[in-house]
Amino acid sequence: MAENQVIEKLKRTFDPELIRKDFPILEREVNGKPLVYFDNAATTQKPNVVIDSMRYYYTHENANIHRGLHFLSELATESYENARLKVKEFLNAMSASEIIFVRGVTEGINLIANTFCRAGLLNDGDEIVISHMEHHANIVPWQLLCERKNIKLNVIPISDEGELDMEAFKEMISEKTKLVSIVHTSNSLGTINPVKEIVNIAHSYNVPVLLDGAQAVAHQKVDVQELDCDFYVFSGHKLYGPTGIGVLYGKAELLNSLPPFMGGGDMIRTVTFEKTTFEDIPNKFEAGTPNIAGGIGLAVAIKYLNSFDYDDITSHETNLLNYATKKLLAIDGLRIIGTAAEKASVISFIIDGIHPYDIGTIIDTDGIAIRTGHHCTQPVMKRFNVPATARASFSIYNTLEEVDKLEASLIKVIKMFR
Amino acid sequence: MTIKEKQQELINEFKEIEDWDDRYAKIIKMGKELPDFNEEYRIEKNKIEGCQSQVWIHAEIKEGKVSFEADSDAMIVKGLIAMILKVYSNHKPEEILNSPPDFINEIGIDKHLSLTRKNGLGAMLKQIQMFALAYKALAK
Repeated sequence: MAENQVIEKLKRTFDPELIRKDFPILEREVNGKPLVYFDNAATTQKPNVVIDSMRYYYTHENANIHRGLHFLSELATESYENARLKVKEFLNAMSASEIIFVRGVTEGINLIANTFCRAGLLNDGDEIVISHMEHHANIVPWQLLCERKNIKLNVIPISDEGELDMEAFKEMISEKTKLVSIVHTSNSLGTINPVKEIVNIAHSYNVPVLLDGAQAVAHQKVDVQELDCDFYVFSGHKLYGPTGIGVLYGKAELLNSLPPFMGGGDMIRTVTFEKTTFEDIPNKFEAGTPNIAGGIGLAVAIKYLNSFDYDDITSHETNLLNYATKKLLAIDGLRIIGTAAEKASVISFIIDGIHPYDIGTIIDTDGIAIRTGHHCTQPVMKRFNVPATARASFSIYNTLEEVDKLEASLIKVIKMFR
Repeated sequence: MTIKEKQQELINEFKEIEDWDDRYAKIIKMGKELPDFNEEYRIEKNKIEGCQSQVWIHAEIKEGKVSFEADSDAMIVKGLIAMILKVYSNHKPEEILNSPPDFINEIGIDKHLSLTRKNGLGAMLKQIQMFALAYKALAK
């Protein structure tokens, strides 16, 4: 076992106060108040180790990868490919070649939508299953496909609690279904979906499954072999890593059967004006100079996350969720949207007679950052008949005291508007 | 009062209030006092879809002056609408076209409350200019 792997096995004691010291931005003030950052579902803050790793890369290792044989190019290539290995371990993929670096979940899903279509795997009359709680990133790419081919989008309905109607799913899947593409954890409702069960049902019809793990990977252990999903996508920036880097995992056999997404440098074997041949996976899907520093930063973010025991993370975030749920529900006229039994540390809420825009604007003056709006899930808003919600989402560095500040600020909001 | 004078009046009123909580309280009060929007004007044509809140605006010309009615689903946006209407409503198209909304910068609203596609107010200000331009063209 390599030395760094041994070190990673030694887990840190989980202490939010100590964890906060790893994140320099948490020291800053907003509108004269200490920042309370509850917009973690949009993006998480970055620990020093991630920031430093990118600075180190640009200071000591920067060169283009895969092409040069000079010292720095070799070094940069090694760092970037080590990052891929780190992601492979993180997801427990079979091989590093199954890890495609992309910009984020949006690009990952667009890659699959486009290449599935060009591979002839989606044709007129075929169907794709998504759910009512998908982020626009898992709706719009399929709709763009539907404009090109006569493909039907089947949408799994959700209950008043924000849970998938699994019976309806079983009804709508058939031999016409060519792909099931489902969110692992909902960004606007917090629901953790029974993805293992979904994969099993889909596979019984020989239908591959894509899971959107944007909101899942930072909060629970994900093992793609155990899930047996065919594709898994996540974004680095929701996992304490940099923006502009994400991962598409795909089973090698499937990735090999798909054509390239974008053409350009680094993804070709030979190019002539008559015919071009392509590299094997993963390079086939990584045209052009990639986000090298981003990949390196992401690997460091994964190492950082691995320094904790996942059970500690889950237990801390569940504690925050339960505490905040109790506090918020005690506020007059406040209603929580999304009350699934299996829920991540996300609370979407509305307050009677006060628009989420007004809530967000006023609590911002107290230095509290939450998200307001439709959260790129307009069909969810429509389903619950609300124009928008306010959403607080928690992370490893948040504390119960911060939840108290949110509660106090919301009470102030009610006084101001009523 | 000219549009310029009305803007100055608002700037002076806000300069007296130092605390942002109190400024918001004033904006909210103005929002609550905004006259009720005529429901027959709440139609798709008059709607400006913001990313977070929505704005409806209706314009009419009476005796050479443009008057506006507007509404929003968010109270702070309503307050800002009240300020904008106070400044621009009942003025000649030429004057509206020649009077940029300087008061927004002066009061410092732009730092705290961006008039962007988020709340639809950026588009509303543009719409006010468009109405003025259209009525100016019609008058010729």
